[in-house]
Amino acid sequence: MAYIAGVGTTRFGQHPGSTTSGLMADAARLAMEDAGLARRDIDGVLCGYATTMPHIMLATVFAESFGLRPAYAHAMQAGGATGVAMAMLASILVDSGRCKAVLIVGAENRASGQTRDQSIQTLAQAGHPDYEVPYGATIPAYYGLLAARYMHQFGLTQEDLASLAVVMRRHAARHPEAHLREPFTFEQAMASKPIALPLRLLDCCPISDGGVAMVITRDPTNATRVKVRGAGQAHLHQHISMARDWADMGARRAADLAFAEARMGLKDIQHLAVYDSFTITLAMLLEEIGFIARGKSGEAARAGRFEIGGDMPLNLHGGLLSFGHCGVGGGMAHLVEAQRQLSGRAGDRQAGAPTTAYVHGDGGVMSSHVAMILERV
Amino acid sequence: MSFSANPHAQAFWQHAQEGRIIFARCCADHCGAPQFPPKPRCDVCDGDRLEMRQATGTGTIFSITVVHRPPSDALRQYAPYGIALVDLDEGFRMMAHADPRLTIGARVRATFVPFGDRTVPRFVADQKP
Repeated sequence: MAYIAGVGTTRFGQHPGSTTSGLMADAARLAMEDAGLARRDIDGVLCGYATTMPHIMLATVFAESFGLRPAYAHAMQAGGATGVAMAMLASILVDSGRCKAVLIVGAENRASGQTRDQSIQTLAQAGHPDYEVPYGATIPAYYGLLAARYMHQFGLTQEDLASLAVVMRRHAARHPEAHLREPFTFEQAMASKPIALPLRLLDCCPISDGGVAMVITRDPTNATRVKVRGAGQAHLHQHISMARDWADMGARRAADLAFAEARMGLKDIQHLAVYDSFTITLAMLLEEIGFIARGKSGEAARAGRFEIGGDMPLNLHGGLLSFGHCGVGGGMAHLVEAQRQLSGRAGDRQAGAPTTAYVHGDGGVMSSHVAMILERV
Repeated sequence: MSFSANPHAQAFWQHAQEGRIIFARCCADHCGAPQFPPKPRCDVCDGDRLEMRQATGTGTIFSITVVHRPPSDALRQYAPYGIALVDLDEGFRMMAHADPRLTIGARVRATFVPFGDRTVPRFVADQKP
């Protein structure tokens, strides 16, 4: 089984003048240093797409500029699930013997490299170009539709969503690299400006600049011993108007495959890192996978279950909602935090000494699911 | 109006311009499944004979969101606007505009309004008994 030998994150936020290539290189350098590996040791490169730097072969562009000559390289696209999907493929590549050390990178100057309107319009293309986008739909609108129906069906409330937002911000306040660190109250979340009701501003992640990278290896390269124990995917639809069963978006299916491979169950997991582009995303994933009963995510947040001292520490870096979202790198930050927690290197955020973690990425509109289970050995 | 290269989509929006919602229905014996958006083959039985039908335009709200932050300057004048998923009585689901005051489960009927570069279906409460 593959090791996540090194991880690296740049600061997330508004970094005027930053470039996608520069952020990729910064994150990659940090991850390689963390793994204790040099350029010549890297024989595989996977990178995510970047909306501000569209290219038909971004991995090769990156490898050339960063000074790598890998035996295996390409870019990947699975929306917000890309990061966990890259980690899954990297572990397949090292498990198969194809590669010894695969560098995976996701970075983008998504905040400063384009206008907010450009970013919103580009992301809205996750929707159907003919039957959804023409209505002036946006990513928040697609998730607003998810939220309204899910709240109606399972009794989740606006208060519950706000409770999740408050927790993510509190976590981010402890992370020096987080985009949004100023705490807000439950009341402020409830009164934040409407974006796509029932979703309000503080239910939505920010658009950030940032970069994240990891090195996944066949053998340990340093003192950390975090292994990929299982992974799984599910892809049941692309467009929200085509999703058939809203209690089965694919999250549970992906998780079941990962748990089966790891020979573990929900009860074996001590740490959670779950995709949270919106508060509703987090609630739906936690509840469909089964970590929390249907409609009870807000209650769990208020009971302190997701805190450092809780029984289910969740997104202690602050998640997409507050650590920030730079695209592919945003979904990789969950994996990085899980690796740091498992290796006992999370500093002020360290939640005990967990040996197992569950990570989940979601692309599109609950369209692509990639689940991964990590274990410290 | 910036239309798609997809002929089914071109036809859909041309009909919308004229105040109609069209969908595909499978012509295979024992199937007859409605399909939206139309595709070359039936999702249910993989049959390749589909006919275009006009929907009555009545249905039920499955979900609804109210967009306060539109994606572009051109659409800001319309905000806030409702976007809904509507289950049409013919058995298919579609996205469309909707009266922001509607709630899930409401019975609705289609009207047609200008929005951005085209005319779009907009569902309102069905007043008929």
